[in-house]
Amino acid sequence: MATKYETVIGLEVHIELATESKIFCSCSAKFGGEQNDHVCPACCGMPGMLPVVNKHVVDLGMTAGMMLNCDINRVTTFDKKSYYYPDLPGSYQTTQWFSPVAVNGTVRINTSKGEKDIRIKQIHMEEDAGKLVHDDWTNTTFVDFNRTSVPLIEIVSQPDLSSAEEVVAYLERLRSLLRFAKVSECRMEQGSMRCDVNLSVRPEGSNVLGVRTEMKNMNSISAIERAIEYETARHIDAIENGTEELVQETRRWDDIKGKSFAMRNKETAGDYRYFPDPNVMPVCIDDEWFDGIKASLPEFPEVKKDKYITELGLGEYDADLLTESRALCDVFEEAYAECGMAKEAANWIISNCMKVLNRKQLTADMLDINGKALGQLIKLVADGKVGNANARKILDEMFENDIEPEKYAEENGFIVSNDTSKIQDVINAVVAADQKSVADFKSGKEKALMALFGKCMKELKGNCDPQILREMLLKTIQ
Amino acid sequence: MELYITKNEKATGKIIALDDMILTKDYPTAAGSKMLDGYMSLFNAEVVDRLTNGGYSIGGKAKVGELCIDLLGETSYFGAIERNDGTLITASSEIVKIGEALAAIGLDANGTSRRAAALNGQICVKPTYGTVSRFGTISIACSGEAVSVTANTVDAVKEVLDVIVGHDDKDGTSLSEEKCALLKSNAEFSPAKKIAIAKSITDSAEDSVKSKIEEVKSVLEANGIEVCEIDDSVLSVAKSAWNILMSAELCNNVSRYDGVKYGYRTPNYTTIDELYTNSRTEAFGELLKTAILFGSETLSTDNYMKMYDKGLRIRRIIVEKFAEIFESFDAVLLPASAKNAYTKADTDANKYIAYDENLYTAPASITGLPAVVAGGVQFIGKAFSENTLLDIASKLEGVGK
Ligand SMILES: [Zn+2]
Repeated sequence: MATKYETVIGLEVHIELATESKIFCSCSAKFGGEQNDHVCPACCGMPGMLPVVNKHVVDLGMTAGMMLNCDINRVTTFDKKSYYYPDLPGSYQTTQWFSPVAVNGTVRINTSKGEKDIRIKQIHMEEDAGKLVHDDWTNTTFVDFNRTSVPLIEIVSQPDLSSAEEVVAYLERLRSLLRFAKVSECRMEQGSMRCDVNLSVRPEGSNVLGVRTEMKNMNSISAIERAIEYETARHIDAIENGTEELVQETRRWDDIKGKSFAMRNKETAGDYRYFPDPNVMPVCIDDEWFDGIKASLPEFPEVKKDKYITELGLGEYDADLLTESRALCDVFEEAYAECGMAKEAANWIISNCMKVLNRKQLTADMLDINGKALGQLIKLVADGKVGNANARKILDEMFENDIEPEKYAEENGFIVSNDTSKIQDVINAVVAADQKSVADFKSGKEKALMALFGKCMKELKGNCDPQILREMLLKTIQ
Repeated sequence: MELYITKNEKATGKIIALDDMILTKDYPTAAGSKMLDGYMSLFNAEVVDRLTNGGYSIGGKAKVGELCIDLLGETSYFGAIERNDGTLITASSEIVKIGEALAAIGLDANGTSRRAAALNGQICVKPTYGTVSRFGTISIACSGEAVSVTANTVDAVKEVLDVIVGHDDKDGTSLSEEKCALLKSNAEFSPAKKIAIAKSITDSAEDSVKSKIEEVKSVLEANGIEVCEIDDSVLSVAKSAWNILMSAELCNNVSRYDGVKYGYRTPNYTTIDELYTNSRTEAFGELLKTAILFGSETLSTDNYMKMYDKGLRIRRIIVEKFAEIFESFDAVLLPASAKNAYTKADTDANKYIAYDENLYTAPASITGLPAVVAGGVQFIGKAFSENTLLDIASKLEGVGK
C-alpha cells in the first residue's frame, strides 16, 4: 500500500507598514519616486547618524499583534543583525531578535476542510533593505536606497499549514485583517507583502519533521501555490524514489520554469551576530499607549458584514463589496449615521463612488471623502431637493474639496425648484419650438415624449422634480 | 610636528580643537584611518553647531589614532605625535596644552581623552551618558562612549561644557533638557565630603602614579574632605567586560566601511566579496583589525552567551556596585593610567596596551557615569554630579603638573 504524505508548512510574511516616513529617519516611505529620491545620510549608512525610532511604526506593530490575537511585549527592543550586502548600507539590519513586539497569536482560516487556527509564533518590526539595479549595457550594478529603512513587520507562523489551499487562505486572511486595521496596503505586486515558505514532508501521522527547505521572497499568491505543489512533489519523489538527497537549504522559485533551484550556499550561510542596538532605547509600552491602540482596532470584516446584513438590511453582495475595504466601510458608516438610509448609502458608494475612483485610477482603499457629507447629499436627493445628475456633480466636487453639499448646491443653482409657473413657462417654450415632437407623440411615438422631457430638464438645469415635470408636460401636450 | 590634520588658519577668538572623530562639513574627517582619508561629511556634529552658534571658532581637526581606540594616537594613519623626549601624547591635548586652543572636544570610548589629560596635567570631563549629543560623531562603542572636553583650567572646561550639554532630538539616547540642566555650571550641587580610593586598581599602577594619588589625597584632606580606601574588586572587572562590549559594537559600527559607498576602495577585486575583503584589509590597521575579529567572535552564536551577554550582566553588576559606593561616598578616586608617561617602545612592546589600560578608564565608560580628570588622576561620580567633580578638580589646580 502506498504511503500517504502530509506537507508541513510555516510562513514568514514580510509586510511593509503604511507609515509616512521610514523607521529611523524622516525620509518618505512611499512607494515609487526616482532612484535614490527618498534618502538621507541616515538611511544611506553615512557615519555619524543615529537612529530615532518612528513611534508610528510601533503603533502599527502593536496593531498587527492585536489583530492576530498576540500577546504584546510591553518592553520591546531593537537589535542589530550583521551581514554584508551592497543593498544594506550600514552592513547591518536593525530588527527585533530578543524581544519582538508581539508573540503567541492565532489566525483563523476557512478552507474546504472547514475552520482551522494557525498559530503565530511572533511578529517583529525591522527595516527593509535597498535594491540592486543591474545595467547590462555598462555591466555595472547600481544601488537604489529608496527602500532602505522602510519599516516592515515579519509575521512568523508555526508550522501549522498543510496545503497550498491553507497557505492561500492564511495569506488572504492576513491581508484582509491588516488592510482593515490600516497596518499596510499588503500589495504583493508592489512588494509590500512578500513571503518565505518553509516546507517539509512526512508520512501522514508521523510526528517527526522531514527535511525542511525554504523558498524566499515569494510575491504572488498564485506563484506560492505553484511552488508549494512543486516542492511537495519534489520532496515526496526524493523520499520514495531516492531521486535526490534532501538537504536543509534555501531555494529560489522560478515561476517561469515552474521549478525551484538550490541557491549557492554562500548566499545563505553566515552568522548574523545579533546584539541589542545600543542606540535605540527599549520601547516601553505603558497602559495608556496600549489601551489607545486597543481602542482604535476595527471590528473584523466578517463581524461588520454580518451587522450590515442583519441590522442594516443590506444584501450579501453589497455587504461583501463594502467589507472588502476599511475605507469603504468608514465612509458607509458615516454616511449611514447621517442619512439613516443604509441601502441608498451602500448604492452611492458601490456605484457612484466606485465610478469616480475608477476614473481616477484609484483603489477602493483610497476612497477619501467625508462620509457625513455623503450622507447629507443622499438626504438631499431623497428629499427631492437635488436631482440625480446634479448630485453626481456634487459628489465629484466632494472628491476634490471638503464641501457642505447643501450650501454647494445652493451656490451652484442645483436646488430643485418647484415653482410650477416657471416650469410651465419652460414647457410652453419647448413645446412651441418643437411641434414635430408633439405631433410624433400624438401619433403614438412614446420616444418623442422623452425628447421633450429632456429638453425641458436641460432648460431647467436639472433642478426639477422629474415626476412633476412629466405630469405637467403630459397635461400640456395632450 | 603637525598636530592638526586639517587646520583652520582663520580661527580667531575662543578656539576649539576637534578630535578627528567629530564630523564637520567644512573639513574632512578621517578618524585616523586610511579608510576615511578625505571623507567629507554632509553635516556637522551637533556639538560643532552648538559651539559655532555659541561664538566659538573651530581650530581644525586634531590627529587621532585609528578610530580612537588606541593608547595615545599611536595607530594613526597620519602618524603618531611624539614629543622631543620621545613621549607619546594625543594631538588635541597638546594643542590645548601649548595654548593654541581654549579646549579640545574628543570622543571618549576607550579612555584616550582622559588618559591624555592626566598625562598632560589637564582637566578633562567625560560627562554623564546622554547629556551631550553624539549626533555626528564617528561611532565606536555607542553604549558607553561620550563627547569629552579637555582644557587647561576648570573654568574653561565648565564654560565649554555649558555650551555643548543639552537634549538633541537627533540622538535617540539623548536625555531630557531637564536632566541635562542638572550638570550645567549654574545648577545647585553639594561639594564632596567623602571620597573613596579604588584600592586594587590604584595598587596595580606604577609607583609614580601611586604617589600622585597620595599627593592628591593629602590636598583633598587639607581641604577637609575625608578620603579612604575601598574594596574595588568588582570595579576591576569592568576592563574585560568593556573590552568585549566595545569591540563588539566597534566591529558592527565599522562594518559600514565596506568600500562600496564612500571611503577607500581597493583596486584589486573582481567579485563583491573581494571588494569588501581587500578594501578593509588594505585600509584598516592592525589594532582595529584585531578589535574587529575579537568583537565579531564575542557576538558569534557560539560565544554570545559566554561573552557579550556576560559583558552586559557585568555592566549591571558594576552599575549596582557604584550605586552602593555612592551611598557613602561622593566620588571614587583612581588613576587614569598605569604610568606617568608612555613612549613608542611601550606601544611597540604591547600593541594592545590600550586594552590593558582600560582597567582605569572602563569603569566610567561601561557605566556611563561622569568622570573628571584633574591633578593627573581620575574621579568618578554619580550621574549628573559633574559640578561636584569639577569642584574637586578646582582644589587640585597646580597639582600633578
Ligand atoms: Zn533617510
